[in-house]
Amino acid sequence: MIIIGELINASRQAIGDAIEARDAAAIQKVAEEQQAAGANFIDVNAGIFVDKEPEYLAWLVETVQAVVEGPCTIDSPSPKAIEAALAVHRGTPMINSISLEKERYENILPIVAGTDMKVIALCMSDEGMPETVDDRLKIADKLINGLLQNDVKIDNIFVDPLVQPLSVNHDFGMEFINAVEQIMQKFEGIHTACGLSNISYGLPERRFLNQTFMVMAITKGLDGAIVNPLDKKIMAHIIAAETLAGKDDYSMNFLQAFRAGKFEQ
Amino acid sequence: MAIKDIYEAVLTYQVDRVRELVQAELDAGTNIQAILDDGLIGAMDEVGEKFSEGDLYVPEMLMSAKAMKGGLEVLKPHLSGEAIPSRGTVVIGTVKGDLHDIGKNLVAMMMEGAGLTVVDLGVDVAAEKFVQAIKDNNADVVALSALLTTTMPAMETTLKAVKEAGLSVKSIIGGAPVTVAFSKQIGADGHSDDAPGAVELIRQLIDK
Repeated sequence: MIIIGELINASRQAIGDAIEARDAAAIQKVAEEQQAAGANFIDVNAGIFVDKEPEYLAWLVETVQAVVEGPCTIDSPSPKAIEAALAVHRGTPMINSISLEKERYENILPIVAGTDMKVIALCMSDEGMPETVDDRLKIADKLINGLLQNDVKIDNIFVDPLVQPLSVNHDFGMEFINAVEQIMQKFEGIHTACGLSNISYGLPERRFLNQTFMVMAITKGLDGAIVNPLDKKIMAHIIAAETLAGKDDYSMNFLQAFRAGKFEQ
Repeated sequence: MAIKDIYEAVLTYQVDRVRELVQAELDAGTNIQAILDDGLIGAMDEVGEKFSEGDLYVPEMLMSAKAMKGGLEVLKPHLSGEAIPSRGTVVIGTVKGDLHDIGKNLVAMMMEGAGLTVVDLGVDVAAEKFVQAIKDNNADVVALSALLTTTMPAMETTLKAVKEAGLSVKSIIGGAPVTVAFSKQIGADGHSDDAPGAVELIRQLIDK
């Protein structure tokens, strides 16, 4: 499971303030904590600073990578901001994200074409948000083929089938889950990744729903997650679900996590 | 049998029962305005309050709105003949470049539940389209939605276009990234964090 730590997002008040104040220590603390908790990629987002986004995003990458070995997930729809971040990024980052929306597709495709960067491919098009498995499959198919034709390796593509809130349509949970299954089956070597807290919008006990939904998605093949890695419960559920789903030889990962105290709540 | 039963049936999400009760009141010759105000709209006001207080959740709000709508359908053929004053017309949509519709739909639904006439333009709506719809429908309020920080500037563009067209419509904005400060900065007449709040805001702004 690829864990993308979601906390360094400027739309969170504390992070937005830290970016404006250029408080490197505050950002670095969140980056280190996420890495220690199991994040493979540290997502960086400066989206609220429209004009200064390129400058701030680049600063975030440098600041994070000054203390963290691993790569960042560069979270922006703006080619300018992404280019600025890439110019200072060390190693091979992930781009979050390309979609089938015309402008976004045309902006992001040249950036990832022919590179070894990983890219999240969001199932969204100009026709709107997908609701059914078929809606998602159609968009995923076009995105994946477009990326492959532009020399992006299938192993570097993480399809986000787009979670929609269950509170407005009780089918939205399974339409997503079944889309994960079909994408994983239809495109050998592909990955799926998403943030899934949107599933519980408009309902109480959101964490409980999010955890359960994560487990359900993992059984169908979800192998990437944009989460808060400091949430010990969701991380414990991810580890246990992967072991139960047969992705953990001799339960080695589970046992290692147990000895590291990851199931102590 | 009483209007109170209609109110209760909306609050307990009983679509069929609301329809039956409204029909029964019509047959009994009950004042249509009273069925609407004290029964259907009154119930949705309580739903809105409970939702804002965190006692009700989105699916419950949707179910009660469905029940309310069922009753409204029964009433509708009788509404045109009566002298029911309009409560106001709202043009609503998600701004250009933004495809998110869930929040916008919830707001539109609660507006209908409050008896407002709602013209829903959908998602990815260009400024000119808002302007045209405001003119065509002689709208009292225009309501703009955006869920992305990247599409918030389109709210400003839209309001500018509305002002340049010389329309005297009131404007409200909403969506996850929208703040009071942003609302003031772009010169909107108001902003709300949730759907019932948007209804309340409109009532204050148009005072009909």
